[in-house]
Amino acid sequence: MEAFTTHTGRAVPLRRSNVDTDQIIPAHWLKKVTRNGFEDGLFEAWRKDPQFVLNQPERQGATVLVAGPDFGTGSSREHAVWALQNYGFKTVLSSRFADIFRGNSLKNGLLTVVVPQDVIERLWKLTESDPAAEITVDLVAREVRAEGLTQSFELDDNARWRLLEGLDDISLTLRHEADIAEYEARRPAHKPRTVEA
Amino acid sequence: MLPVGGKAMARTLAEKVWDDHVVRRAEGEPDLLFIDLHLLHEVTSPQAFDGLRLSGRAVRRTDLTIATEDHNTPTLDIDKPIADPVSRTQLETLRKNCAEFGVRLHPLGDVEQGVVHVVGPQLGLTQPGTTVVCGDSHTSTHGAFGALAFGIGTSQVEHVLATQTLPMPKFKTMAVNVDGELPDGVTAKDLILAIIAQIGTGGGQGYVIEYRGSAIEKLSMEARMTVCNMSIEAGARAGMIAPDETTFAYLKGRPHAPQGEEWDAAVEYWKTLRTDDDAVFDHEVHIDASRLAPFVTWGTNPGQGAPLSAVVPDPASFADPSERLAAEKALEYMGLAPNQPLRDIAVDTVFVGSCTNGRIEDLRSAADVLRGRKVAEGLRMLVVPGSVRVALQAVAEGLDKVFTAAGAEWRHAGCSMCLGMNPDQLAPGERSASTSNRNFEGRQGKGGRTHLVSPQVAAATAVLGHLASPADLSDVRTPVEA
Repeated sequence: MEAFTTHTGRAVPLRRSNVDTDQIIPAHWLKKVTRNGFEDGLFEAWRKDPQFVLNQPERQGATVLVAGPDFGTGSSREHAVWALQNYGFKTVLSSRFADIFRGNSLKNGLLTVVVPQDVIERLWKLTESDPAAEITVDLVAREVRAEGLTQSFELDDNARWRLLEGLDDISLTLRHEADIAEYEARRPAHKPRTVEA
Repeated sequence: MLPVGGKAMARTLAEKVWDDHVVRRAEGEPDLLFIDLHLLHEVTSPQAFDGLRLSGRAVRRTDLTIATEDHNTPTLDIDKPIADPVSRTQLETLRKNCAEFGVRLHPLGDVEQGVVHVVGPQLGLTQPGTTVVCGDSHTSTHGAFGALAFGIGTSQVEHVLATQTLPMPKFKTMAVNVDGELPDGVTAKDLILAIIAQIGTGGGQGYVIEYRGSAIEKLSMEARMTVCNMSIEAGARAGMIAPDETTFAYLKGRPHAPQGEEWDAAVEYWKTLRTDDDAVFDHEVHIDASRLAPFVTWGTNPGQGAPLSAVVPDPASFADPSERLAAEKALEYMGLAPNQPLRDIAVDTVFVGSCTNGRIEDLRSAADVLRGRKVAEGLRMLVVPGSVRVALQAVAEGLDKVFTAAGAEWRHAGCSMCLGMNPDQLAPGERSASTSNRNFEGRQGKGGRTHLVSPQVAAATAVLGHLASPADLSDVRTPVEA
C-alpha cells in the first residue's frame, strides 16, 4: 500500500449527499479484472453534464475531494476507491462515510477524513470562490488546514500507523500465524465445510 | 473468549458470535477474527487472486471457501457463449483462479449456481454462530441465521483467502424491536423499507443491527433473509436475527448441515446464541408492525420511501438542508412532482428477483397475485429466480407456467436487473418496480428509474401498470386456470 503522511492540493467541492458507489463507479466498469484503468469511469454519469464540477477547467489536477454526508454508501466494490485514486484523488473529506467504503479506502492509502459538516460547508465556500485554494491533510498532526481554517480529525492509532508506514495487512496478520493455527485446532467439529468430509 | 478485562458480562447475540471468533486480541489493535465461510463471485475476486499470485501465497482454507457466478451471468441463452467479451473474460478468470487455487466453484449451467447469497443458505453452509464474508455488501443476508456476516472489499477478500481471518474494528450494537402483527399483504420487504426510511441510509453506520421482537420471530427464513439483506441500505455493518426452531427446521437435512451427533452438538450451541436478558444495546429502535403498510421508494436512495398510499414528498418539507437537496435531486432524476400520489406512477418494467427477493417464497407470493391475471399491455415483467435450485422448485410447483401465462418472462438464475451487469437493463428514462435492494441513479441501467417494492406489490403493479398492491386488484382476476 502507498504510504500517506501529508498531502496538499487543490479541491473539488462536491455538493451532494449520499454519493453511492454506483455513482462513483457504475457497475459495467466492474467487469475489469485489474486494479487500474478506472479513471474514466469515475462519476461517469455526472461527467456527461458539462457543468459538472469535475469538468470545470479550474478543477483539473485537483487531488482533494470535499463531499457531502454519507459518501460511499451501497456496494462493497473496492473499484470505487481505485477509480478515485486512478483519477488522481489522494484524500476525500466528508462528515460521514459508509463503513465498507471507508475500510476499503484506508487499505489502499486513500485517506478518508471525517470532519463536521460545518467544516465541509466552509471548505466548499472557500474552494468554490477560489479554485486555486489549497487544502492540506496532515496525517502526522491529524489536521486539515486551509486558509483561515485548522481542523483536527480523528483516526485510530493503529489505522494511522499502517497508513503512515504503508503497511500490508496480510503480512501483519501472518506474523500471528501461530494464533490462527491454534484457533483452527480448537474449532468445533460441527462447523460447516464447503467440501465433502 | 471472555471480553477484555476477563469479566463475564451480559452480551448481545452479535457480541457472543464475535467473541467466539477472536483469534487474537491486543490493546490498541483491531480484533483478529476467524472466518468460518468465505463466499466468492466473479466481480470482486480477480484482483484478490492476482494479489495472492504476486506474493506467492496460497488459499489457506479451500475447505471454507466456495465460489459461484452470478453478477455477469446472462438469464437467456445460457447454453451459448456469453456475448459480452468483458463479462466472458471475468467469468473465465474466476474459473481459472478457482482451478489454480483449488476452490470449489459452481459455474453457469451448474445445478448449484445462483446468486451467492441464495446459494450459501440453501446448501446449509450458512449456519448460526458462524462468521461469513463475501466481497459483496449484501452478505448481511446471512445474518438471518444468527451468523455474523459482513460485506468486504477486494483487499479483504485477498486477506481472507491468505489467512482465513480479518482484522475488524469493534462495532456498536443496535436493537430494532418489531412487535405487533404485520397486517395482511404487508411483507418483510415493506418492513425493512420502513425501517430504513425511519433510521436513514446512514443510521446504522458502525452498528450491527439485531432485529428482534414478536413480529421478527414469526417470519420465515426467507423473510428474515429479506430483512437482513437490506441492513447495509441502512448503513449497518451487519444485521442479525437470533436462531430459533424456524432456523433449525430450515437447516435440518441440507447438504452441509451437521448430521447425527454433530447436529445435536450444533443445536446445543445454537440455542445459546441469544442476547442475554440484561444485555444493553448502544441504541434501540421500536417499530409497531401492526401500523405498517405496503411501502415503496420514490427517490434515489433506499431511505427515500413512503407507504404506497402516500404522495411524493415536497422537498420543501425536509428540515435538514442536505436531505432537502437530496430530495430535489431525486425528484428531478426520477421525473416526479411533489404531492403526486405514488399509486399514479406508471411503470414500464417489473423485476422480480435478486438476493433480496429471489427465493422460492418470493416467487410463490408474486405468482399468487398473477394467477389468472395478465401483465398490463406494453409492460415488461422479468422473473429471475435467485438460484437454479429455486428455479427447479418453482417449476415443480408450476410457478413458471403462472408467470408465462400472465405474460411475464421466466428467466435463468442470477443477479440480473438488480444491477444490470448482464444484458438485463433499463433503457434511459425507463421506470421499474423492482424487488431488488437499490434505487440508486443508473443502478438498473443508465438513466433508469427504480422503485423498490415487495414481490406482491411488483406483481400487482405488473397487472395494473402503475404502482399498486394486491388489495387494488380485487375485481380484475379472470377465472383462468393457470
